[in-house]
Amino acid sequence: MTNAIVAEGLVKRYGSTVALDGVDLAVRTGSVLGVLGPNGAGKTTAVRILATLLRPDAGRATVHGLDVVKDAHRVRSLVGLTGQYASVDETLTGTENLLMIGRLIGMSRKDARARAARLLADFSLSDAAERAAKTYSGGMRRRLDLAASLVGRPRLLYLDEPTTGLDPRARIEMWEIVRTLVADGVTVLLTTQYLDEADQLADEIVVIDHGKVIAGGTPAELKSRTGAQTLAVRPVDPRDLPIVLSVVGEVTRSTPEVDDNVVIAQVTEAAALPAVVRRLDDAEVEVAELTLRTSTMDEVFLSLTGHRAELTPEVAAP
Amino acid sequence: MSAVALPARPGAVAGVKNTLTLAWRSLVSVKHNPMELLDLSIQPIMFLLLFTYTLGGAISGSTSAYLSFALPGILVQNTIFATMNIGILLNTDLTKGVFDRLRSLPIARWAPLAGRIAADTVKQAWSVALLLGVGMLLGFRVQTSFWGVLGTFGLMIVFCLAIAWVAVLVGVIASEPDKVQIFMFAVVFPLTFTSNIFAPTESMPHWLQHWVKINPVTIVADAVRGMLNGGPVATPVIQSLLWAAGFLVVFAPLAVWRFRRRV
Ligand SMILES: Nc1ncnc2c1ncn2[C@@H]1O[C@H](COP(=O)(O)OP(=O)(O)OP(=O)(O)O)[C@@H](O)[C@H]1O
Ligand SMILES: [Mg+2]
Repeated sequence: MTNAIVAEGLVKRYGSTVALDGVDLAVRTGSVLGVLGPNGAGKTTAVRILATLLRPDAGRATVHGLDVVKDAHRVRSLVGLTGQYASVDETLTGTENLLMIGRLIGMSRKDARARAARLLADFSLSDAAERAAKTYSGGMRRRLDLAASLVGRPRLLYLDEPTTGLDPRARIEMWEIVRTLVADGVTVLLTTQYLDEADQLADEIVVIDHGKVIAGGTPAELKSRTGAQTLAVRPVDPRDLPIVLSVVGEVTRSTPEVDDNVVIAQVTEAAALPAVVRRLDDAEVEVAELTLRTSTMDEVFLSLTGHRAELTPEVAAP
Repeated sequence: MSAVALPARPGAVAGVKNTLTLAWRSLVSVKHNPMELLDLSIQPIMFLLLFTYTLGGAISGSTSAYLSFALPGILVQNTIFATMNIGILLNTDLTKGVFDRLRSLPIARWAPLAGRIAADTVKQAWSVALLLGVGMLLGFRVQTSFWGVLGTFGLMIVFCLAIAWVAVLVGVIASEPDKVQIFMFAVVFPLTFTSNIFAPTESMPHWLQHWVKINPVTIVADAVRGMLNGGPVATPVIQSLLWAAGFLVVFAPLAVWRFRRRV
C-alpha cells in the first residue's frame, strides 16, 4: 500500500518556542491517521504545514508524492482542510459559502450550485441554507466548514480537532460523517485531544507532545501499551487505602496513584475489574466508589511519558 | 496519477476569474450585513443633509451655495471612509480564518486581496452615484458637462485604489477588526476634517491653513469641485494624481510585505 502523506523531520519554531521538533509521519492511502496530543503539542502546526499554509523551518513533506513547499499549488488541489476554528464567511449564507468555493476551484455556476445543495443536504443544513452563517450554531458552523472543504471532492482530508467544543450528539454525528467519507475512499488525517475519538476513527495513531512524536501504532497496540481505561476505587474507610493500593497494583501490574482517597490505575485488560472486585471483597474492604472509564489524554500521557501533559503557557501573539 | 497533470501554478486568466468570484462574495455579503449598507448609503446622505442644512447658511450664505461647495468634499470624505472598510473586512477575514480557507484552495495568491479591492471599487461607484443623485434632489447642479461627472468617478476610483493600500496595511497589521476602527477614528477622522471639505480654508486659524492646503483631502476635493462646478481643474487633478501615486508607491509595497509575512 502506498502512502498519501509522508513527512520527515518537520521542524517549526516561533521565536524560542519549538512548535515542531522533528516530526515524522506517514499516512497510508485510504486510511485514517489520528494525531493525538494535548494543547500546544504542535498538532495545528503540523496540519498547517501539510496543508501548505506554513513553511517548515526544516524537514520535508509530500502529499501523493508532491512536495508541500515546492508544489504547493498542486497539493492544494488534492487536499481539503477543516481547520480547528470554523473558517466560514459569517456574512454569507451556507449556500453562498459553498458556491464561492465551487466557483473558486473552477466549477461552472450550475455545477457549483448543485454541489452546494448536495453537500448542504448531506450535512443536514438544507433548512439553514439561505441564512447567513453568523446565525448558525457551533455544530452547524463546523458542518458547513467541513462541507466547504469537501466541495472539490478532495482525496485527502485534514480535520484539526473536528469535535472540540461540540456536544456529545454533534460529536457522534461528526464521527458518522468521517466514517462515511472514509468508506468513500478519502484519506483522513485527524487531530484530536481525545483518546476515544482517535480510538473510534483512526487506523493508526501517533501521539505527539512538545512537538515530538512520542508513540505510535494502531489503537489496539497503543491501548495495550498505555491502558486505555482507568480504574478508580475509593474505599469507605481511608484506612483501607494501603490494601486497595496493593490489590489494584497487583491486578493491573502498575503503580497506582492516590488522589483524594481514590486509587487510580490504568487498565489494559477487561478482566481487571472483576478481579479487583473479588480481591477487595475477600479482603473485606468496603468500597464507596468503583469506576472503569476511558482514560483521559492526561492519563495516557502519564503512562507514556511518566509526566502529566502540562499545559504549555500560551506564547503571546507576535 | 492525475496530480502531476495539474498546473504548477494558476494562470492569469484563472487569477482574474478568482478575483471576480471573490469580488462577488464581497458584494453579496453586503446583503446580509446591513451595517455595511448603512455605511455605504445612509451615512454619506446623512452627512450631506446635516452639513447642508446646519452649516450651509452660516458658511456660504445659503444652503444651495453650500451644496455646490460641500458635495464634492463629501464625495471625497465618503470615498476615504468607505475604503477604510477594506481594512476592517480584510482583518475580519484574517482573524476569522476565512483567509486560511482561501489559502488552502488552489487559487491565485493575489486574488483575495484583488477581489476585496475590486469589490470596493464597485461600492465606491455606488456611493458616488448615490451622493450625486441625492445632491441633485436637494438642488445641486453639475455646472460642467458629462465629462466632468465621468472625471469625478475616475478620480474617485483612482484615489480609492491608492489609499486602499493604507487600509490593507492597517487591516493586516491590526490584531482585530476593532483596532482598525480605532485607527479610523484616530487618524482618518481628523485627516478628513482638517481639510476644506466642509469649510473654506480661509475661515481657519492661520497655523492650520498650512496643513489644510497640502492635505490630499483638500486637493482632491478641489479637483472634484473643478470638475463638477467649473474652475481650475488641471492643477488640483495633477496634484491629486501625484498624491495617489505617492500613496501607492509607499503603502502598496509595505502592505504586500506585511501581508506576505502574516499569511
Ligand atoms: N503564530 C504563532 N506564534 C507563536 N507561537 C505559536 C504560533 N502558533 C503556534 N505557536 C506555539 O507553537 C506551539 C504548538 O502550537 P499548535 O497550535 O501547533 O498546538 P496544538 O497541538 O494545535 O494545540 P491546541 O490543542 O491548543 O490546538 C504552542 O506552544 C504554541 O503556543
Ligand atoms: Mg491546534
